[in-house]
Amino acid sequence: MHCSSCIFLLENLHRINPGITKSQTDFQRKEVFIIFDPQKITLRKVVELLAFIGYEPNISLKDTVAKKKAGFNRQRIYKIGVAGFCFANIMMLSFPEYFSSGNMEQNGLKETFTWLNFGLSLPVLFFSASGFFVSAWKGLRQHFLNIDTPIALAIVVTYARSYYEIISGHGAGYLDSGTGIVFFMLIGRWFQDKTYDSFSFDRDYLSYFPLGVSVLKDGIEKNIPVTQLQKGSRIIIRNEEMIPADAVLLSGRANVDYSFVSGENTPVQKQMGELIYAGGKQVGSVIELEVAGEVSQSYITQLWNNDIFHHTKNSEKSFIHPWSRYFTLALFTIATATLVFWWINDPAKILPAVASVLIVACPCSLLLSATFTYGNMLRIFGKNKLYLKNAGVMEAMAKIDTVVFDKTGTITQNHASSVKYEGTPLTAKELMAIKTIARQSSHPLSKIIAASIPVDISKSLPVEQFKEYTGKGLEARVNNVDIKMGSAAFMHHYNHGFVTYDTGSHVNVMMNNVHMGLFKVSNQYRDGVPKLVKELKNKNLALCLLSGDNNSEKDNLKKIFGQEVRLQFNQSPQQKLDFIESLQQDNRKVLMLGDGLNDAGALMQSNVGIAVSDNTAQFSPACDAILDGENVQLLDKFIAYAKSGKTIVTASFVLSILYNIIGLSFAVQGKLFPMVAAILMPASSISIVLLVTVLSSLSARSKGL
Amino acid sequence: MSALFILIGVSILVAATFLGAFLWSVKSGQYDDDYTPSVRMLFDDGTAKKTSETNQNSIKSKK
Repeated sequence: MHCSSCIFLLENLHRINPGITKSQTDFQRKEVFIIFDPQKITLRKVVELLAFIGYEPNISLKDTVAKKKAGFNRQRIYKIGVAGFCFANIMMLSFPEYFSSGNMEQNGLKETFTWLNFGLSLPVLFFSASGFFVSAWKGLRQHFLNIDTPIALAIVVTYARSYYEIISGHGAGYLDSGTGIVFFMLIGRWFQDKTYDSFSFDRDYLSYFPLGVSVLKDGIEKNIPVTQLQKGSRIIIRNEEMIPADAVLLSGRANVDYSFVSGENTPVQKQMGELIYAGGKQVGSVIELEVAGEVSQSYITQLWNNDIFHHTKNSEKSFIHPWSRYFTLALFTIATATLVFWWINDPAKILPAVASVLIVACPCSLLLSATFTYGNMLRIFGKNKLYLKNAGVMEAMAKIDTVVFDKTGTITQNHASSVKYEGTPLTAKELMAIKTIARQSSHPLSKIIAASIPVDISKSLPVEQFKEYTGKGLEARVNNVDIKMGSAAFMHHYNHGFVTYDTGSHVNVMMNNVHMGLFKVSNQYRDGVPKLVKELKNKNLALCLLSGDNNSEKDNLKKIFGQEVRLQFNQSPQQKLDFIESLQQDNRKVLMLGDGLNDAGALMQSNVGIAVSDNTAQFSPACDAILDGENVQLLDKFIAYAKSGKTIVTASFVLSILYNIIGLSFAVQGKLFPMVAAILMPASSISIVLLVTVLSSLSARSKGL
Repeated sequence: MSALFILIGVSILVAATFLGAFLWSVKSGQYDDDYTPSVRMLFDDGTAKKTSETNQNSIKSKK
């Protein structure tokens, strides 16, 4: 789903097929909800229809739990609504109190207002603020003073003091500030946690694998779920189907495309009896396999059995948490000092002074600054097509000192390879013939070559005797010329005088058994990569490159990255993971950029794992952030911006502490009037929110984001 | 002064009505998706439901 036209098309499915009663799209979640009549159209037909019009549905069992989240979001909006309503009404009813300095002329009016406030504050305390209490209690039980502890404490003290005043008839309390804190805090949380609904950051191998597989049992073919696959089962894999478990080839010609696992897009040929690893796609005819182990035991899924996939990441606490701990400790010290002071001098003032200290020093401006800064930064990152999982990722990003790249798909473009022809120059007619033949094949190299020849083939040439030798090459007759294209070994078979080495990404051309030359297919690097490398080096970040591919591109990469950068080739997924781990043992904070399933372990292990995807709506391994491929060159700016975020938060902390000092200096003297508190509280909160929003936007602009 | 009490009561009632309307709108899912409906209203024909009904009618009439 990309634009409003897509919405139009999907919402009008009932016009394409009358069996569909209603379809409703949710653009941001990239979902469409369809009601259909099973007597007129089957589920299968609906899926086929969607795929036909270009919206192939992503079949996943995991997403059936998504409904729960919607309920959670609504609960949150309810809380904000209730808190807002109560806050506004309490403010309104408190105005007479502020302006008449507590002396209201009419008897009964003051009491009415106060008791109305009392009633209005109850839903805020018990419903809207419940989240803070729960979180603070959980923190305390684990002997950890989290950021919600001082908030919960401030709320409790404010309400207790206010209720005491109201019930004993002393005054009106501070319910206006009390409900205000809750309201602002809830808005701040909502703003920060507005996440990207359509992305899934926690995928494991199950979401990559097919749901079902054809199994041969007693000569009968049956479809069973992949998870029920057992050792020894015989499975049938057809063209373009994925092999779900490690298996031994029994019959058929296996030609496995591991591009999805390793990023290497040349299919690998396998012999009968050879073990085929899971995750590859069969290209060509039907094959029969015997499963060598359960899906969860296969080579590729072993990665997920690694411990790191069972730990929640970034459990490393945000730098706000230590602050909040100091804040809480400092607050208690001041409160105790105030208590001692007044106990000696004037015991009657103990209660009001201590209570106002606790009320006015609520860390809410402290917290608002962090939530609003990060919320705004998440939005700015999103605008630049870097979608972070949460604000914690930003803090981790600010500490990065090492950047590890994957090659294929990350710094190379998936679909643009550069093709060079070397050998006897070809005439336009010959090029046309080659393009015509190459187009007939589904092999990735053929496709790349066909796309790279800029000849108009609208007047297509007749192709005779087309034959494709899977994994070797092709042969055909065009204009009575016998053309063969393929690997060196394939060439050698026809012309024994031809001897050369094979590199996997070379395609030789032979006409009438005379070798003409070869097409060299090499990776095309993304435009901004050399500049990005330079910028990252300027920022004193260490760089590394890990590739699952062979080292045929080593020289090109050396040119881009420079001689001192470590380049590692032929890395298995496990080796990539181990490499990241070894870097971390040297106390390095690693940011990993990767794309394939083979990077999943490394992405998970790294401090910040960014999945690069050319199509953000699809396929990405478990990660902390998803980055659109076209914006990879902005990485240095992203890191710089994440760093500036910390500065902004610290600056606003200082400001909010200044506010607190002013407020406290009144409070410890027992001179804080409700009027002053009522003005100071929202004024400090709003000014801090404005300041951090403006600062973070300005910082983004200055960094060119 | 009793007028003031009545007015306060009325004002809170009015505010509570708006709160109720807000809660209802959240419950009916109006806050679940804040983008698609803004596009949907621009389509020429009415809601999907209505058109599907007319479609069914046209099928019936063909029979």
